[in-house]
Amino acid sequence: MQIVATAPPVHQPPPTHVAETTNGLNNRKVLMWTFLGSDCMFFGALIGTYLIYRGKWLGHPVPTDVFDIPYTSVSAFALLMSSLAMVLALAAIQRGDTRRLQIWLLVTAGLGLVFVGGQIYEFATFGHEGLNLAVNTGGTTFFVLTGFHGTHVSLGIAWLLSLWVLAKRGVITQERSLDVEIAGLYWHFVDIVWIIIFTVVYLIPI
Amino acid sequence: MATIAAPAGQRSGLLARPIAPTGVWSWLTTVDHKRIGILYGTTAFVFLLIGGLEALLMRTQLAVPNGRLVGPEEFNSLFTMHGTTMIFLVVMPLSAAFFNYIVPLQIGARDVAFPRLNAFSYWVFLSGALLMHFSFIAQSVPNMGWFAYANLTEKTFSPTPAVDYWVVGLQVLGVGSLAAGFNFLVTILQLRAPGMSLMRMPLFTWTTFVTSILIVLAFPVITVALIELMFDRLFGTLFFNTSGLNGDPIVWQHLFWVFGHPEVYILILPAMGIVSEIIPVFSRKPLFGYPFMVYAVASIGFLSFTVWAHHMFTTGLGPIATAFFAASTMLIAVPTGIKIFNWASTLWGGSISLTTPMLCALGFVTMFTIGGITGVMHASPPVDTQHQDTYFVVAHFHYVLFGGSIFALFGGIYYWWPKITGRFLGESLGKLQFWLMFIGFNLTFGPMHFLGVDGMPRRIYTYPDGLGWNLWNIVATIGAYTIGVAIIVFITNVIRSMRNGEIAGADPWDGMTLEWTIPSPPPHYNFETIPTVHGRDPLWLQKHPQLDGHGPGGQAAPATAMQHAEQEGGHEHPHMPDPSYWPLFAALGLLVAGAGILMTASSTGYTMLVVTGVGLFILLVGIFGWSLEPVNG
Repeated sequence: MQIVATAPPVHQPPPTHVAETTNGLNNRKVLMWTFLGSDCMFFGALIGTYLIYRGKWLGHPVPTDVFDIPYTSVSAFALLMSSLAMVLALAAIQRGDTRRLQIWLLVTAGLGLVFVGGQIYEFATFGHEGLNLAVNTGGTTFFVLTGFHGTHVSLGIAWLLSLWVLAKRGVITQERSLDVEIAGLYWHFVDIVWIIIFTVVYLIPI
Repeated sequence: MATIAAPAGQRSGLLARPIAPTGVWSWLTTVDHKRIGILYGTTAFVFLLIGGLEALLMRTQLAVPNGRLVGPEEFNSLFTMHGTTMIFLVVMPLSAAFFNYIVPLQIGARDVAFPRLNAFSYWVFLSGALLMHFSFIAQSVPNMGWFAYANLTEKTFSPTPAVDYWVVGLQVLGVGSLAAGFNFLVTILQLRAPGMSLMRMPLFTWTTFVTSILIVLAFPVITVALIELMFDRLFGTLFFNTSGLNGDPIVWQHLFWVFGHPEVYILILPAMGIVSEIIPVFSRKPLFGYPFMVYAVASIGFLSFTVWAHHMFTTGLGPIATAFFAASTMLIAVPTGIKIFNWASTLWGGSISLTTPMLCALGFVTMFTIGGITGVMHASPPVDTQHQDTYFVVAHFHYVLFGGSIFALFGGIYYWWPKITGRFLGESLGKLQFWLMFIGFNLTFGPMHFLGVDGMPRRIYTYPDGLGWNLWNIVATIGAYTIGVAIIVFITNVIRSMRNGEIAGADPWDGMTLEWTIPSPPPHYNFETIPTVHGRDPLWLQKHPQLDGHGPGGQAAPATAMQHAEQEGGHEHPHMPDPSYWPLFAALGLLVAGAGILMTASSTGYTMLVVTGVGLFILLVGIFGWSLEPVNG
């Protein structure tokens, strides 16, 4: 243990031209966290509206008549696995591995597309079985809540694919791994929201 | 010079950044927080005139029994647009004007955290305001009250697109408010000068911080409520539709007031912050009980989310909910009371100079106290039930929002005008304006207490003779016109100040905070070198080093409480973010998309969907152009 005398300056930060901030955190990262806090209230209000009407639906079909829980579980599983791919994408670029970054970004977006595709198919099926926006408050609250979640996922996919294009063109480098990290924050948040929606809407019996 | 030197690097964006320092395009593409503040303030003042005109029309109609100036439909539109305009297009953007101009100066920053997002907020705000006012051109003005209670807003009962103008306009305004809320939250957390710890921040910065938190947490709820209402009207959903299919109109009230009560504090907290800046300076004493003022602001912010249902006592919430909301509403009076006593204690023993800003601040404290007391009265459900929908409630919230917010905002205008323009507003005209406004305000809204207790309901377009309401109605109308005269005096004062107002130096009021350490008007980059702060009220400590020790950091009392940190650039001016087309471009996308939704709402046809699509496409291009633009030219 003779490192004391010749120890190099280990904690020297990498040279950066970004202006110092009061807390040493990145501005865009703090922005994303505040946005996610705000989005909690957005989904909170939507889930709240769903819960107020839950089980007080008139007429049929109501959402619980048409749910296919094994089917939705599969697409929920795909979405949850996409979070793993997202983590691997971020880990890749933090190591400077742009090739694996591209692969994992595509996997993440692909699993997201599986989820959104599954949702579109599910909506269409429910529609054929008579559940729509205007049939009763069950249809109204179900489609608007899950639809806005699907919109969030779709925007996330567009974001991931944009990052993929930038990564292919060599714009996303190790120094810019923060771009991937911030997209990841959003993506994980949307996943977590789905865990809540899936539990509240599909799994808990009335 | 530097801008010409680097053209090659700028080409990587979709459009080169506009670099002209003057002219219309320099304002359309500005990302300078000071210019954006001026844009917010000017726009809000225009809407103050519009909203004021609507108020004068209503007061003229109600001056005598059986008034014939406007009919019931027009009257409904007048009170709806007056309320919506004054809240979302006057008090909020006037506060935002001060957030923009003053907060970066108070924390020792060169700009906000996201200058382009800041410009985007302003243009989105303007788009929302325009969308809402297109209803006047379409002759379908919103007419269901500023709170748009269900189920009056359903297609069955409001078949015209009037409600849609309100929904779409407010939705777009909400996007602008949210963007500004995020921006100021991050700015205050991240861009404070060295040594400016949270407990050394000026009170106005603190209230901006808490207001931003309220915006960020409350606006998503109104966004959802408006989405649900829009879906009800466009796609036949049943959120608030009561026609036999079990939709519940009370759900709207809950969603609206979960947003609406924090919104009340979004309107009043910045005003409290302004007053907390003015009173110490003109009492020549540091603010009394600074930590308690901060804790009071924070606890008001927290409690504002727990009191919403006191707007709904008459809906029959049940005894437990009613008791809870009555208690929490009374509780919120405690931090508010702490603030009032601390302002009074700041005045106590101070050498008070009664300048116009100080008069406005004192007007705020007294009038807000009256409005606060009638507010606590309404925390009691039986009293609230008695007063529901009477003019007593109108008197209450005007004492809070006019006697409170508007007085403080005028105080802020008189206080910071020399900083913004480099010239004073005239003191004699200022005092004339204050007294006209103060007397006119009390003549207008004081008698409404009596009218309310005498049973005069809100939102009636006229009333018959012989109910005992005649005297106070004519008095209120005379008061309203007195306020109108006060506003004309203000405009005269502004014009005279711009032409040949007395030149103000960097520190005309013997101020305490960082904005008074730089020239008036401030240079583009604000601070030549970023200051290092060693205590609360840094400029005051620098002037009076013997006073050090009243705040955190007092132990290590240096000779000067504020030093200028060395900057690598030496004497060169700091490089500031270049202007950008994209915020305006992206906001234009929202404007077009909003217009498209309005066209879809008023008729059916695919061209309208195309307009919405084009708007969203413009927004998308705007976002991409924005992201790909080189960060600093």
